[in-house]
Amino acid sequence: MTAPARRRIHWRAHTVLLLTLVVMIYPLVWLVGASFKPENQIFTTVSPLPLTFTLANYFSGWTATGTSFSVYLANSVTVSVCVVIGNLISCALAAYAFARLDFALRKMWFGLMLGTLMLPFQATLIPQYTIFYQLNWINTFLPLVVPYFLAYDAFFIFLMVQFIRGIPRELDEAAALDGAGHVRVFLTIIVPLLRPALITTGVLTFIWTFNDFLRQLVYLSDNSRYTVPLGLNSFIDKASGSSYGGMLAMSVVTLVPTVAVFLISQRRLVDGVANTGIK
Amino acid sequence: MSEKTVAAPAVVPVPPPRRSVRVNKRKRHKHNLAGYGFLAPWLIGVFGFTLIPMVYSLYLSLTKFNLLTAPQWTGLDNYLNLLSDPRYLQAVKVTLIYVVTSVPLKLALALLVAVALNRGLAALGFYRSVFYLPSLLGASVAVSVMWRQIFSQQGLLNEFLSWFGIHGADWIGDPRYAMWTLVLLSGWQFGTPMLIFLAGLKQLPQDLYEAAALDGAGRVRVFFTITLPLLSPMVFFNLVLETINAFQTFTPAFVVSAGTGGPIDSTLLYTLYLYLKGFGSLQMGYASAMAWVLFLVIGAFTAVYFWSARRWVNYAE
Repeated sequence: MTAPARRRIHWRAHTVLLLTLVVMIYPLVWLVGASFKPENQIFTTVSPLPLTFTLANYFSGWTATGTSFSVYLANSVTVSVCVVIGNLISCALAAYAFARLDFALRKMWFGLMLGTLMLPFQATLIPQYTIFYQLNWINTFLPLVVPYFLAYDAFFIFLMVQFIRGIPRELDEAAALDGAGHVRVFLTIIVPLLRPALITTGVLTFIWTFNDFLRQLVYLSDNSRYTVPLGLNSFIDKASGSSYGGMLAMSVVTLVPTVAVFLISQRRLVDGVANTGIK
Repeated sequence: MSEKTVAAPAVVPVPPPRRSVRVNKRKRHKHNLAGYGFLAPWLIGVFGFTLIPMVYSLYLSLTKFNLLTAPQWTGLDNYLNLLSDPRYLQAVKVTLIYVVTSVPLKLALALLVAVALNRGLAALGFYRSVFYLPSLLGASVAVSVMWRQIFSQQGLLNEFLSWFGIHGADWIGDPRYAMWTLVLLSGWQFGTPMLIFLAGLKQLPQDLYEAAALDGAGRVRVFFTITLPLLSPMVFFNLVLETINAFQTFTPAFVVSAGTGGPIDSTLLYTLYLYLKGFGSLQMGYASAMAWVLFLVIGAFTAVYFWSARRWVNYAE
């Protein structure tokens, strides 16, 4: 193949890819632009650039639901951070057991863990709700957080098992010869080397929890306990044509934390997700 | 097995095997302790939040239960009532259409873009990240709100179409189209399977491609005879995962239809109806029966995938 021919092919690929990319990302760009437009210009212009730049939507949207969006943001961050901590600890412990320790019924439990990956969470939503109802945990953050301290999200156990399997066993064995017990091997050898998987887990957990809607909708009923998705949802009930601007502005606000976390971690995250499909 | 037990006593004296069994047991016991120690949180969780709730849910599905008073045994009534509930049947229909259209669309886009990216292009990292972004944000209420603005009567799409003199429909408000906006939203989030396909493509042996180039095979033929078969384990993995996800879709249907599943139940996805029954009208026994049917259907889909995998998934590598 001659050089010019190869080059031409790549130009075409770039053109097609960039066009696809623009079409895909345009709605997000438009959303951000529209949030800075005066109410009467939102639907009359396709251009993402506002003719008149205004922050009015942000001011009106921030308090439009009766409770300040700061409360929703604080609640969402609280829940998400707790779930991240729970997932990191409990999934790493379980993954170490599955990947490195040989104990009775290990294969059976591992199979069960893989099985729960395919379990739709709606299947347990109602019984879980009745259990939490009896514990008087409705309208608290506990039902959203506690399960994750008990490794409820098996996906991350699986991800970490895959990763630990790639760590050379000689490292653990050398430490064991030096008299290190399982706890020390886990803390001093596995956890430091597991860092990339822990970062992937932390970032995905944060974003998924921050965006989760159904669970929060079911468990939180009081406006002061609302998280960001619920706060935004109360706009949809109220928005009858008049507060579109505020709704769009607050949509942007709810996307900012997730996009920020993504931008900070994107390289690691993208590699981590890519490897979930490899045996 | 029987041969061994007959032959062993004659040749080997009794004590050694016993001792070795005892040593094995002691060794195992030590690992058991550590193993179950590390596994304890997960074990408590899997019983407390998955296994026991599943059994409890099966029981609830055989009762009439409104959360406030004790469940009343009704036998199979809930399951029989499902069959004569027109809204339920509509939800099943809508969900099946959604799954069988959105999953192939998403995987096809993911594969196309992955193949296009897998040519040592400059700025690969940039493309990967930007294409991945929508699948991270897609589940949020904010993106569903955005989608509603794009496809509403005076939305972005119709504004764009009007440049060409086309008068667009009310995509969200028309029962003929509302569902397809949800399918498109799912297709928009092809980033995760794309990343997995890309990782798979990188591992394919290059010599096959060189051989195919020598034979003068065109790009389309190379794709169908080399790339796709070699990539089939990843196609399988993504197919299973995305099908399970699609069955559970809730947020976009809820937001786009403002929690109703409308217009005229055209976006009434299964999970949305389950939510309306269980938490809207507190028919928790009925909703539990729905949840069990969903569980069995997803199980059946997965089983069919695994069963058919022998025919089309290539593990030769």
